[in-house]
Amino acid sequence: MWRATVRNLLAHKLRLALSGLAIVLGVAFVSGTMIFTDTLGRTFDDLFASTAADVNVEPATAFDSGLTGTGEGVGTTSTVPATVVDTVQGVDGVASAAGFVRTEGVYVLDRNGDVLDTGGAPGIGISWEPDPALSSSTLVDGRPPRDATEVALDVDSVEKAGYSLGDTVPVLTTGPRVEAELVGTFSFGDSGGSAGASLAAFEKSAAQQLFGTPGQFNGIAVSTVEGVTQEAVRDRIAAAIGDGYTVRTASEQADALAGDFEEGLAFVETFLLAFAGIALFVGTFIILNTFSMLVAQRTRELALLRALGARRAQVKRSVLAEALVLGVVGSTLGLAAGFGVATGLRSLFGRFGLTLDGGLVFATDTVLWSYAVGVLVTLVAAYLPARRAARTPPVAAMRDDHVAVERSLRRRTVFGSVLTAAGVAALVGAFVVEDDGSAASLVGLGALALLLGTIALSPVIARPFLRGIGGVLPRLFGTPGHLARENAVRNPRRTAATASALMVGLALVSGFSIIGASTNASVDGALDQSLGADYVVSTAVQAPFSADIAEQIRGIDGVDAVTQQRFAQAELAGVQTSVSAVDAGTLDSALALDYTAGSTAGLRGDGLIVDEDTAAARGWSVGDRVEALLTNGRRVELTVGGIYTANAALGSAVISLDTFTAAGGEALDRFVYVHLAPHVDTAAVRSSLEATLDAYPVVTLKDQTQFADEQKGQVDQMLMIINALLGLSVIIAVLGIVNTLALSVIERTREIGLLRAIGMDRRQLRQMIRLESVAISVYGSVTELVLGTVFGTSLVQALADQGISRQVVPYGRMAVFLVIGAVIGVLAAVWPARRAAKLEVLDAIATA
Amino acid sequence: MTSVRDIPRPRVGDAPAAARSVHLSKVYGEGDTRVVALDAVDVEFPRGVFTAIMGPSGSGKSTLMHCMAGLDAVTDGQAYIGDTELSSLNDRQLTTLRRDEIGFVFQAYNLLPTLTALENITLPMDIAGRRPDQAWLTTVIDTVGLGQRLGHRPSELSGGQQQRVACARALASRPEIIFADEPTGNLDSRSGADVLSFLRRSVKEMGQTIVMVTHDPVAASYSDRVLFLADGRIVDSMTSPTRERVLERMKAFDGQPEA
Repeated sequence: MWRATVRNLLAHKLRLALSGLAIVLGVAFVSGTMIFTDTLGRTFDDLFASTAADVNVEPATAFDSGLTGTGEGVGTTSTVPATVVDTVQGVDGVASAAGFVRTEGVYVLDRNGDVLDTGGAPGIGISWEPDPALSSSTLVDGRPPRDATEVALDVDSVEKAGYSLGDTVPVLTTGPRVEAELVGTFSFGDSGGSAGASLAAFEKSAAQQLFGTPGQFNGIAVSTVEGVTQEAVRDRIAAAIGDGYTVRTASEQADALAGDFEEGLAFVETFLLAFAGIALFVGTFIILNTFSMLVAQRTRELALLRALGARRAQVKRSVLAEALVLGVVGSTLGLAAGFGVATGLRSLFGRFGLTLDGGLVFATDTVLWSYAVGVLVTLVAAYLPARRAARTPPVAAMRDDHVAVERSLRRRTVFGSVLTAAGVAALVGAFVVEDDGSAASLVGLGALALLLGTIALSPVIARPFLRGIGGVLPRLFGTPGHLARENAVRNPRRTAATASALMVGLALVSGFSIIGASTNASVDGALDQSLGADYVVSTAVQAPFSADIAEQIRGIDGVDAVTQQRFAQAELAGVQTSVSAVDAGTLDSALALDYTAGSTAGLRGDGLIVDEDTAAARGWSVGDRVEALLTNGRRVELTVGGIYTANAALGSAVISLDTFTAAGGEALDRFVYVHLAPHVDTAAVRSSLEATLDAYPVVTLKDQTQFADEQKGQVDQMLMIINALLGLSVIIAVLGIVNTLALSVIERTREIGLLRAIGMDRRQLRQMIRLESVAISVYGSVTELVLGTVFGTSLVQALADQGISRQVVPYGRMAVFLVIGAVIGVLAAVWPARRAAKLEVLDAIATA
Repeated sequence: MTSVRDIPRPRVGDAPAAARSVHLSKVYGEGDTRVVALDAVDVEFPRGVFTAIMGPSGSGKSTLMHCMAGLDAVTDGQAYIGDTELSSLNDRQLTTLRRDEIGFVFQAYNLLPTLTALENITLPMDIAGRRPDQAWLTTVIDTVGLGQRLGHRPSELSGGQQQRVACARALASRPEIIFADEPTGNLDSRSGADVLSFLRRSVKEMGQTIVMVTHDPVAASYSDRVLFLADGRIVDSMTSPTRERVLERMKAFDGQPEA
């Protein structure tokens, strides 16, 4: 039997290559994702492992915001007074201890005065630590900075900006903008990489002045004397400085930091693996279809083996062995292709925020998973056809025209209907449920059930659909159209499986396009309604920037009011909430809020205003007292002073800037709203604003339209990434159509020969195959559009409370998807059609 | 090249032949593997005559049919359908010729499984985008005698019925000539007789020209004349054949076992 298996594999190289390709692509995506995330993880591990001094002291955080490393910022961090450094220095076993300053929001400008492109990674400011035992930076060239007029930069940034020692480098700190002389370059950590972030190092007290607080540090790095364990020193320090600090050994520190980042990375990995899963899911259809067809074509051969005495198990094993070989070969190639995918992901993510240094990480896990997934999927896909093949009665071999008996679709109908009904029920349930979280997960579950139900029902629907829609084919294209329709419906399972592969990817694409369009429309709507400011100043990625900017804008003639907005994480009565902090006095000029109770006046002092949903969920009303705990451990008693209808710019809860500052909030703005005085020369004010902001290239000035466009641009960009990732599953689906058609052509060789003999020319033959392909792909596209619309609108409904207030179905784009579906059909048919047309009539007729 | 002038010619009327060949040769392979399938064959298939081609396996009878029908390229000489010389045609023209001037009945797999019997019958005209001549179609269909089964798919018809549908298809477009390749090869004797009677009637009553390749003396006995091929040459012919005479003649082929 082994020989028969191997011979068979070799005899059908082409079919093999086609079905193998589906496995290769699926596995490539899985392995690529794993390689990429491993590389990502390695980069950060390196970073943290080398960051840590023997023992580290940091201010304790009151609660784990889960946002470390996400660039979101927690708004409030406490600092370590210089006196604590002295205390630590005095602890037995401490060789040396030094406080350090380290903060995000310090940007290096290049020669053109633009912010050095970090690909979205943060711009970090640090204090230079002269003691190598306490520093994670190593001087490469020049000398350390000595005062506020001198700076040292990481080597990557120097190279990117093209600076050399002695150049004047403009730096935007969280305080003032400074011009400093570049006196040194340094590498960071063991691998020298900073994951794309730019690092600007100043002398310690200059750093405190520019982007810290004089006499305060962000942490203390400690080196221990020999002969004392880090643990012992840690415990002694902790005892000496008391509560309010976290003291960690080097490895604890690395683990803690890496742990925080891994939570962030886990999201990225899950996100990417979801797409890999979709690609594999689609790939499974192709493999299943391919094996079904291969086995169907070999029915006689397998039946002959049975007639010659092969047992059912042997036939089954033969088919499975074929799948095994194919799975192993496909996985191996897929693994190799995974490097390409990882490289692609690296450059994709490089553009959106993460630059990874060093080579790609190729872990054993990646290899194991790739083979497990590739081989398992292939075996599962081959099992059903194998079982069917084994059941082929030996007499089939004797019969000349063994027609595979069309199996009943009843089980499919029942199973599919139940799943579809469950899916619909879940989606309806999502509308009813109050809680957003469970609504979203209900939509997810419902969508999945609906998708699987539709796939199961697909062959049942295919026949009436193709008969209906296919009715136009004979009318438009004559006999080739008629034959194409008949060919498409003759095996509904095959047609449905091929169409489903296309459907899955495209349904998600169109679902996301609905979400995107709705989000954009909501942004427009929200801004139309609520943006009262004439201009908004912010960075493109909501990065923090110096409060100096707002201060300077206040001084410009014609500016009536300036409203600063900052973000913080706080526990409001025990529940973590993202909180905005704004100027209570000018908020009304910046954003027009629609209050259902109270007013902006209620925000003043220790006021708290929340949106309706939050108020309803927490049972708060105006006048209620709410305790807020900030990450730095400060507790503030707030009074609910107003309840407003949902506002995308503010979020769910707002405190006053006074409260925020008093609680130790960082003086870093995220948005600055500018309101002009009445009857001023708008153009003149705008040019003064622009002139002022010239010195701060990190932020841009946007009028209402520009601001809306920027917000929508981010949505579009996200959509683009998702579509690019979904594109892979569409490619696999296209290959699936090619595969199905190619195998159909092989299967129908004699039929094609007959058609050619009785007078069908090559052009008509190609058209027949092309139209069959289009019928299949249009079937997939139509089901896709229906499903995608259901998914998209359901999710938008479920997320209505989270700012997506408008439901938009982009009909134009949906129509484009339908056209794309048809085009995919035409393209997929090119090669199989050409193959069919090339068949020699006599050879084709003579084919057994 | 051997002259074939000494071979007795069949009775030929004044009307031009439906198909003819002039020194038609077909050679496969080269050097040691060179096989001469047809050796300068001159043959005419007169209008309204049912011709059977017989011969042992490898005699070239199928090759002759394929070359005459434009399914296979000739090595030398010419093949004519009516006045059209086939080697001068490109693939497209050949296809059109097959569609409009030639009818085919193969041994097996003559029908498209997705089409009904009636759709199969009108298929060549549908491909051409022509409306079938309704009166003629009715005549043909009546002669096929399928009655109520015209709306059935091939899988719902018996082998004999399928072959009769195939014959009707060949007739329906009123081609210059019909080539039948072992049309009864897969049928039991009774179904075979049905098909052969049908072909016979189409010649007698409708004036159709038919060339049938067969190795069955019974099938040959339905024809007007039989041409005997051996080693790529026409070696004999017989008019008004009977089963016994054909069988007798076949035995003369060196006692070669029949395929």
